Amino acid sequence: MTNVSVEQVWDWLEAVPDPEMPVISLVDLGIIRNVGWNGDTLEVTVTPTYSGCPATSLINMEIETALRNNGIEKLKLKRQLSPAWTTDWLTESGKAKLEQYGIAPPQPSGGPQRCPHCGGSHLEKISQFGSTPCKAHWRCKECLEPFDYFKCI
Amino acid sequence: MDLKEALERFALRMGDNTLVLGHRVSEWCGHAPVLEEDIALANTALDLIGQTQFWLGLAAEVQEEGKTADNLAFLRDAWDFRNLLLVELPNGDFGRTLMRQFLFDAWQSIYLPRLAKSSDERVAAIAEKASKEAAYHVERSADTVVGLGDGTEESHARMQKALEYLWPYVGEIFATDEADDILAEAGVAVHPESLKDEFYDLVTRVLNEATLDIPQDLFFHKGGRNGVCHTEHLGHMLTEMQWLQRAYPGATW
Repeated sequence: MTNVSVEQVWDWLEAVPDPEMPVISLVDLGIIRNVGWNGDTLEVTVTPTYSGCPATSLINMEIETALRNNGIEKLKLKRQLSPAWTTDWLTESGKAKLEQYGIAPPQPSGGPQRCPHCGGSHLEKISQFGSTPCKAHWRCKECLEPFDYFKCI
Repeated sequence: MDLKEALERFALRMGDNTLVLGHRVSEWCGHAPVLEEDIALANTALDLIGQTQFWLGLAAEVQEEGKTADNLAFLRDAWDFRNLLLVELPNGDFGRTLMRQFLFDAWQSIYLPRLAKSSDERVAAIAEKASKEAAYHVERSADTVVGLGDGTEESHARMQKALEYLWPYVGEIFATDEADDILAEAGVAVHPESLKDEFYDLVTRVLNEATLDIPQDLFFHKGGRNGVCHTEHLGHMLTEMQWLQRAYPGATW
């Protein structure tokens, strides 16, 4: 049996949603660092967003499930810490999908650009930590709705 | 002592600090004064426990005895821990918890970026990852220390008391030994002493802004970092943290 192409594997991974933010895929999130064959074993390199992110083990399980369902038999998941994950690796389409979902995408300025609900620009930080380690909690002073902001790291 | 032993001791110290503090901070889960603080503390604890997996994983790898990070966390007794006494002290009130967090974060936010340049690429990778988290943590804990210190009469008094209680445990950060010399020589870890000025500058600036008086007494407690004499609090904490492994040895998830 010949190995399927690396591009094909990337396509499969593109379809695996992030467990916490199902509107974006693991590829959108930028945590899949490499896909390659080592002989007949498929090696997928994954980097964690935050050291203690509880979704990390779930993410690994979902990658494994997706690839096994596509017929991959020999699979090795590798953890890579360096270079450390940065929100710069979020794809542009991933950022747009996040905003549509109600999560303000990361900004280099360190705070959200606009309210993901009404587009308002009068915003205030409620807490540096939100519903997951990768998010902070903000509120829009125009529509008064709270929202998650994807922290820029 | 050779480089391997020194590296093992270093990794244990780093991992035990984040493990013990991570557990202490997690004790707040469900008990913090407001929901946002509860979430923030839980997230901080998660980051620290995550870092523990890396540091204790490295310690286990260096030991080459077939152990895992979990083995080191759950199957050692108090005398084998190498964390600072500072992190094993009981939480006290919210103010004292945040004061300790600030003192720890201030140190880590300076130390980790230096370790990210380690000649050992495993140390460098863990430190690079953890330093991003430490930078975020110190931003919050410093803000909270200033908010509470320069707050009401009550919050100011509590923060001053917290600082006086914790200050005699800060000096241990810089109570170095042979392992630190060996690691600095080999370029694996900068000597803790070399961070002293930058650390006290940062701490002084924040505590001044918080209108708190820094104690002048130079005495400090030690015995955690070298494992000679932990406080009585560590054993109590471990009986809770390691309860499952003690009650059901070898249990797996």
